[in-house]
Amino acid sequence: MTDARTAILGRLRAGGGEGPLPPLDTAVMERRQWSPAERVARLRRGMEAVHTEFLDATPADWPAVVRAYCVREALPNLLFGPASEAGAALAATWPGGGTQLQPYDRPVEAFKEELFTTVAAGFTGTVGGIAETGGLLLMPSPAEPRLLSLVPPIHLALLRASTLQDSLWHAVKVLGWGRNLPPNALLISGPSKTADIEQTLAYGVHGPKRLIVVLVDDLA
Amino acid sequence: MHAEREILFRESAAAALLDPQLRANFRRAMDGLISKRQAQFPDPRDLQELRDLSTAIRSRSLLRLPELLEQLEASCTKNGIQVHWAETCEQANALILDLLRARGAKTLVKGKSMVSEEMHLNAFLEANGVEAIESDLGEYIIQLDGETPSHIIMPAIHKNKDQIARQFSQKIKDAKYTEDVDELTAMARKVLRQKFLEADAGLSGVNFAVAETGTLCLVENEGNGRMSTHVPPLHIAVMGLEKVVADLESVAPLYAILTRSATGQAVSTYFNLITGPRGADEKDGPQEVHLVILDNGRSRIYADPELRATLRCIRCGACMNHCPVYTRVGGHAYEAVYPGPIGKILTPQMEGVGVRHDLVHGSSLCGACGEVCPVEIPIPEILVRLRREATHSDPGSSVAGKGTGRLASEDWTWRLWAAVLKRPTLYRLATWFATRLGGTLPAGAPLLRDWTRTRTKPVPARRSLSERMRAEGGSHD
Amino acid sequence: MREVYFYGTCLVDLFFPDAGMAGIQLLREAGVKVIFPDGQTCCGQPAFNCGYWEEARDVARAQVALFPRDLPVILPSGSCAGMMKNHYPELFHGQPDEAQVRAFSGRVYELTQFLVDVLQVRLEDLGEPVKVTWHSSCHAVRDLGLKGQPQALLGQLAHVELAPLAREHECCGFGGTFSVRQPEISGAMSCDKAADAEATGASVLLSTDGGCLLNVNGTLEAKRSPLRVQHIAEFLWERTHAR
Repeated sequence: MTDARTAILGRLRAGGGEGPLPPLDTAVMERRQWSPAERVARLRRGMEAVHTEFLDATPADWPAVVRAYCVREALPNLLFGPASEAGAALAATWPGGGTQLQPYDRPVEAFKEELFTTVAAGFTGTVGGIAETGGLLLMPSPAEPRLLSLVPPIHLALLRASTLQDSLWHAVKVLGWGRNLPPNALLISGPSKTADIEQTLAYGVHGPKRLIVVLVDDLA
Repeated sequence: MHAEREILFRESAAAALLDPQLRANFRRAMDGLISKRQAQFPDPRDLQELRDLSTAIRSRSLLRLPELLEQLEASCTKNGIQVHWAETCEQANALILDLLRARGAKTLVKGKSMVSEEMHLNAFLEANGVEAIESDLGEYIIQLDGETPSHIIMPAIHKNKDQIARQFSQKIKDAKYTEDVDELTAMARKVLRQKFLEADAGLSGVNFAVAETGTLCLVENEGNGRMSTHVPPLHIAVMGLEKVVADLESVAPLYAILTRSATGQAVSTYFNLITGPRGADEKDGPQEVHLVILDNGRSRIYADPELRATLRCIRCGACMNHCPVYTRVGGHAYEAVYPGPIGKILTPQMEGVGVRHDLVHGSSLCGACGEVCPVEIPIPEILVRLRREATHSDPGSSVAGKGTGRLASEDWTWRLWAAVLKRPTLYRLATWFATRLGGTLPAGAPLLRDWTRTRTKPVPARRSLSERMRAEGGSHD
Repeated sequence: MREVYFYGTCLVDLFFPDAGMAGIQLLREAGVKVIFPDGQTCCGQPAFNCGYWEEARDVARAQVALFPRDLPVILPSGSCAGMMKNHYPELFHGQPDEAQVRAFSGRVYELTQFLVDVLQVRLEDLGEPVKVTWHSSCHAVRDLGLKGQPQALLGQLAHVELAPLAREHECCGFGGTFSVRQPEISGAMSCDKAADAEATGASVLLSTDGGCLLNVNGTLEAKRSPLRVQHIAEFLWERTHAR
């Protein structure tokens, strides 16, 4: 008896794709390019249009900007990855009292219920950003797990202006995405949303209700 | 003649047309989607170039399909994603049940998957003791009412806010009645958050599967896809075998044209790339990821070089958004998993052209669908081809149910039509009768009766153009 | 003197002969000799669209045979022109007379297309001010690829106001056999189209296609609407000749 795989592949091969492969003209993707400053403006416009919030910062003061935000919003806690570069930098200058920095430093099974109910916000770094449509590139890792940017109702993301790519297409070519993909990588353009009820937009369906991008101007 | 009862699109369409709420809901929704898409494509040259590129990418994928599927399997396996193949929906359902049973899974939370609708997976699982919970808000809404999706992207598009409000207040524990969209959304979020937390397994579809890297790409706005695929310990992904592309570079143009064509968004909230289960040192993510590759008639469609274009589809829904028929009857009238123009060509090829003969005639061939299809599927041409397949059994054809829609009466009608129209003297005689007596045909005569439901009888002129030109004399070769 | 063939089409032949005559006269007035071979019947589209390709071919073949010379073939119908131009080659693929049919298809034009693109006619409006609206036939635009030629001609008429039609590119619901195979859907579409046309406040709805005109006119008459329909050829002829 033939197994499904053999049968299916057999039928596809017998069905025969004939002829030369049509050529790929990628000019329409290539020509979407901007200067570093324009990239920042485009990304911001695109993301703000879908309710992303921005906090401006410098390479030196971004941890303080994050801290000030937490104070303003009276966040009880902020989940973060202590072993990541951004996480370590955040923790290094974090004063005691007020918002408590909570490390995501063990398997989620150890605190899943807590993650879903009492964590107020999550902080992650980013690998880069997409200027064309406005979005963050994230590569979750052991240091910054996947759920950090998904489960808490607020997601704070550190984005350095110098890491912006023109488009996803360019990111794949420039960053070599596809050669070194981790088990999970993603693009995020804004807070979670839906228009399933009479095409009316509502935010915070399942993913974070608020996305705050801490934009570090390191272009100079 | 085919033994199966023919499914008459005309009947369900006629019923839908009489529903004023349905007509109003769909008109408003489709008009909105049409203008949103248009706003995303301000430059016709750019649009055409992007369409051409997307078409070439999908065509290349299909030309290399068996090779790419093998490469996908090898890459996925290397990454720790276990790959399974299913020829039929029955096989796929059984496979999934086995995977769930092996883990003792009793609850499955679902991200949106049209392929799982094709499989009637939820009903199968329920019958086998597994609770399947839809988490996409639109799918969740229709699941509460035991309905099927009426659109492939916006499943609850046929429902009004007050219907949903009533439904939530009745079916969700401790829910009060509210028509406020934010409040309704928050209710669903609360219920489903608990489900994500507790579910034994999660299921997703696949928008694009990348052969080179063994990556499953998922497009979504709500976050339920990520929840379903990252929180439970087991993730099962199901895909139609046509969804594979060669490399990640090919995905970018398709993603760009998908979201713009579907909902008029430049980009979705999340674009999720899954290349493996929880890594060695990762702290979250599923321990097991499985990919089920489903055939269900696709390899048969593949075998026909013209009809193969059907498989280019990236499931954007633009065709149905622009279809004057779909706009007026809604998705349920198609009595099929896939509605709209793509449904009109896919369903007959999967279920048989005879059984679905009326469906392929449910189109005026206006071409609005083909004009907006991001991968240039020539839907009107394919509809004409399927009308041929329904009524004729051509030797080279492998179309399901070919010739089973043939009716002796239709054969004779066209034979008579041709017999008259290829003989100028007979045509002249027929037009003489039409012009002299055409006005006297009663409005209730066969064929005419269908015309005159909403229109006056067309009355031929007193003298045909040919007759007048003959009388004029001069203009001959 | 330039010569062309004229193919009336069955709907114009039976229901809009005045439009056919107007088309011929417009061409003559532009300095063209018009040859109207006797014995024309139908382009074959109804049978083709229903999958009865042998029957469609028989009829199509008989039409092609009437137009042997290498002259443009002008049709007062976008849908029939599309059939002859784009679908005859597919229909005759692999047939012994395929080359001959392809040559014929290469010479097919819809009337406004020929008047604008080839003859570049200039029209002078001799009529009273009038408000019209334009129905763009789906087959004319999407199948044949008509792009603005009718509007260009209307634009030359100084006393004609062209009111835009809402959802201009949505099908009127004719679709040939569709109108009788799916009468409920077709009826709903034509009712909406008629309502949109009435909402423009125009006194006449114009189109290149007789099928669309029959369909919308039947619907307008059934609701006793004052809005009338007219084929563009007839309208252009009337506007350029004082009554």
